[in-house]
Amino acid sequence: MAQDRSVRDFDWWLLAISLVLCAVGVLQIYSATLDSKWKDAWWKQIIWIAISLVAMWLMTQIDYHTLLGQVPILYSVCVGLLVLTFLFGSRVFGSSRWIGYGMFKFQVSEFFKIVIVLMVAKYLAELKSDRLEARDLLRLAGFIGLPMLLVMLQPDLGTSLTYVPILAIGVLIAGLRWQHIASMALLAALCAWPAWMLMQPYQKDRVLVLVDPGRDPKGAGYQVIQSRIAVGSGEIWGKGATKGFQTQLRFLPVPHTDFIFSAFAEEHGFVGVSVVLGLYFLLLLQIVQNAQTAPDRAGMYICMGVASLMLFHVLVNVGMVVGRMPVVGIPLPLVSSGGSNLLSIFMMLGLVNNVRLRRFVN
Amino acid sequence: MATFEEDPKERANARLLKDDTGFAAGKIAFFQYLCVGVLVFLMFNFWDLQINNPEFYNERAERNRIRSVPTSAGRGKIYDRDGRIIVDSHSSFKVRLLREHLNADHLKPIAEGLNLDYDELVAKVKRFSTRPKYDPMPLKQDLTPGEVAFIDAHKGESMLPELELIHGQTRLYPRGGLLAHVIGYVGEVTEKELNEPEFARFTQGDIIGKTGIEREYNELLMGVDGQRQWVVDNLGSLRYEVAEEKPAVPGKSLQLSLDLDLQSVAELAIEDRTGAVVALDPRTGEVLAMVSRPAFDLNQFAGRIRTSVWDEIRNDPRGPMNNRCIQPFAPGSTFKPIEAVAALEAGVIDEKTRFHCSGVATFYGNAFHCHAKGGHGDVDLHRAIMQSCDVFFYNVANRLGIDKLYEYGDLNGLGKKTGIDLPDEKAGLMPNPKWKIRAFRQKWMGGETINVGIGQGAVSVTPLQLASAIGGLAQGGVWYKPHLVKGTKVGPPRTANWTQENVDRVVRGMYGVVNEGGTARSAALSGIELCGKTGTAQVVSNDFKEKYKAFAEDFKDNGWFVGFAPRKNPEIVVVALIPGGEHGDRAAPIVRDVVKAYFDKKTRQAGQRQMAEYKARASSIFAMAAPGGGQ
Repeated sequence: MAQDRSVRDFDWWLLAISLVLCAVGVLQIYSATLDSKWKDAWWKQIIWIAISLVAMWLMTQIDYHTLLGQVPILYSVCVGLLVLTFLFGSRVFGSSRWIGYGMFKFQVSEFFKIVIVLMVAKYLAELKSDRLEARDLLRLAGFIGLPMLLVMLQPDLGTSLTYVPILAIGVLIAGLRWQHIASMALLAALCAWPAWMLMQPYQKDRVLVLVDPGRDPKGAGYQVIQSRIAVGSGEIWGKGATKGFQTQLRFLPVPHTDFIFSAFAEEHGFVGVSVVLGLYFLLLLQIVQNAQTAPDRAGMYICMGVASLMLFHVLVNVGMVVGRMPVVGIPLPLVSSGGSNLLSIFMMLGLVNNVRLRRFVN
Repeated sequence: MATFEEDPKERANARLLKDDTGFAAGKIAFFQYLCVGVLVFLMFNFWDLQINNPEFYNERAERNRIRSVPTSAGRGKIYDRDGRIIVDSHSSFKVRLLREHLNADHLKPIAEGLNLDYDELVAKVKRFSTRPKYDPMPLKQDLTPGEVAFIDAHKGESMLPELELIHGQTRLYPRGGLLAHVIGYVGEVTEKELNEPEFARFTQGDIIGKTGIEREYNELLMGVDGQRQWVVDNLGSLRYEVAEEKPAVPGKSLQLSLDLDLQSVAELAIEDRTGAVVALDPRTGEVLAMVSRPAFDLNQFAGRIRTSVWDEIRNDPRGPMNNRCIQPFAPGSTFKPIEAVAALEAGVIDEKTRFHCSGVATFYGNAFHCHAKGGHGDVDLHRAIMQSCDVFFYNVANRLGIDKLYEYGDLNGLGKKTGIDLPDEKAGLMPNPKWKIRAFRQKWMGGETINVGIGQGAVSVTPLQLASAIGGLAQGGVWYKPHLVKGTKVGPPRTANWTQENVDRVVRGMYGVVNEGGTARSAALSGIELCGKTGTAQVVSNDFKEKYKAFAEDFKDNGWFVGFAPRKNPEIVVVALIPGGEHGDRAAPIVRDVVKAYFDKKTRQAGQRQMAEYKARASSIFAMAAPGGGQ
């Protein structure tokens, strides 16, 4: 098999676009954390990018069919780690998401995304059918529901929600029937009320401020209002790197992680925003193209899962920046500061390449 | 290939065997459209924020980061004519509420710490809620050291971030109500005032003059507060200062024409009696002293006045806030000199004209009494002024008629504001038939003319008007506009084309009032030719007296005295109005004391000048004899 693969087959475009986005991220992290206690974040980010590139290369080396074979073990280990995190993880900002020590603390929930991509791909590829039965749907929902519940308990609603689009695109392609959709909609409607009752007050506020940001301008609405101010004051060309007042004067909450894009929008304006959103669009199309040329269903499901996850991240994070999505703490892939997310994204891009490199095998 | 076309099931199986992904093509395309949709959705939102209305967000961002902190301009000082300080300012602190940081739970501790009324504070905050959040609300002026310490101790995000301490200035006034009415007080511009066009340029928390000189010259004294602009971060702490600072323009100082020496003498002389004293320099119109009683302590108004004190002053029926120097009263006999000049000028009498006074005279079917029950016998003009014979002046008024009386009263400035630089001056009234028709729709009665002849009836003048009128009369008919600020350009005086002889005859009579055993012999001064005229007037109406019986002492008929000196080319004219006393024999000593103080000071200053001259001459002689000069 190995002789069929060549360096030329590697998806260099995918890598190039990713690295450009990473570079934008590093610059923006640098600018947003000047004179703050996170001022070393840009440097750490570079180290993480280097580590992630190695991880990406490793992910291309092991045949994804081998990985698919290990899904039950991977899944069990990750669920175990999630339970451990929940019990012993270090608390940051009031929730325990990290496990490990020092700089190499990592979020198990981030890597679970990879496992879920693989699991969904394996399950659906093995169906070998154009139609999806309700039984399969429920089983998959159960497989995803368990880690979602564990992550939600951390509590980290944002990350747990990112598992949904992976499943969604999978079942959609596998042949979701309209009866399924209707019954799910009914179920969702029935669940909405108890879910609302179970939500934390701050989570409710985050939903409500979507309707009315002025509702609590110092609390939940504050982030949205300040973010919109930052974005709006960027105008066409932006204020220039390190010149954004909203960013530099800390009116923006966490301007290097979840709200990095509003800092970017303030400093680089509509033009900068267009370029970066354009890059994400190209990245998505590139991943989708790999799905289209995948050698088998499993490969296609892997690529589409990654693409769907990426789209969800961009939509929710950027939508939050402009005040159209609730503040749920989803990072902007490749740009936001944070090692775990970077590592998991690059590993998933590695998976996509893994699929690509094996497209002529059959 | 053709074989598969025949059987769809077969075809599906074959595809499954090959693990074909072709079936997903449509759904993958759907995902691609979804990507486009998300892109368009996001771009639209950025377009809306960044291109459609960036001004809105830009302004918000600016406001976010720039906080204006006012620097107090400091009100101008007020000096007397010799350059002595009357009003000064001292450093103080005030506090304002930064409403964008306001936490409603903090209002209670704030009210407690700053000794404010909690309900009042809540109501004020509520009234302010219609304004933009970045507009701070003034909380309290002139903080005590304890309150400053309270704010200092609670600085910072976790405590009371909504409090901002600002350095300012508080007025320091003379003690004990000295000059209270002339200077007036300052206070925070009220919310009601802010809605009026006159106050449109002020903002909440500005300290403005409310009465007196402080109000009249507010513009000049106030100056313009400066502004320092700070960039603040999201915790509200000042990060760094924006380069361009708007410097504060301090208020200008004001030198009054008032003489603190004369003022003190006048204030001491009137003691605590209700009344007024005005001293003018008739040659220029400069006000030298001005006293009104009862008075109030201006320092109670500087900074923060207690509601109880304010209510007490405002509800006092004696009206301590009114400046009696510019309130009208019936002039009584002090009107007679004006009438005498009018009669002589109009030719209805001459110095030899005599009328018989039997204590009563009849005009238009009514009996008019003289204040001397037994009568004055045959009186000429000189004795009539000296003795203030009412019957004589009834006759004069009768001969003159109301139109002539009005003409000369008006010429002397009665019934018109003098135009002094004080707010709320009253015009008084010089009546005539036209006025009566306008005001009452009634015909003028002949008897009214007779009453006006002794300064009663509808005629009313302010002490300031009287001082100005008599001062100008004594100069032969030259009236300068009275003013309080030294160096005010008052323009050319009003003049009357009178025969000097006639003026001299009246002035001689007024000389007699003091120096020849007239109605004010108690005011005689050795070496100073003080001339004057007494009078009696009602302070308030009889109805008012009835209503406030408890203050009967304050509402007794008031005695007037108007005096000037010297007889020729007078330099000072003083009017005193105080309660009690027939024909102002208690008012006259006040005028005497002020006039005496004036000339004593003049003599003293002349002596000092002479001494200085001698010294200068002596030192120049010594300088010539010094070694340096011997070369």
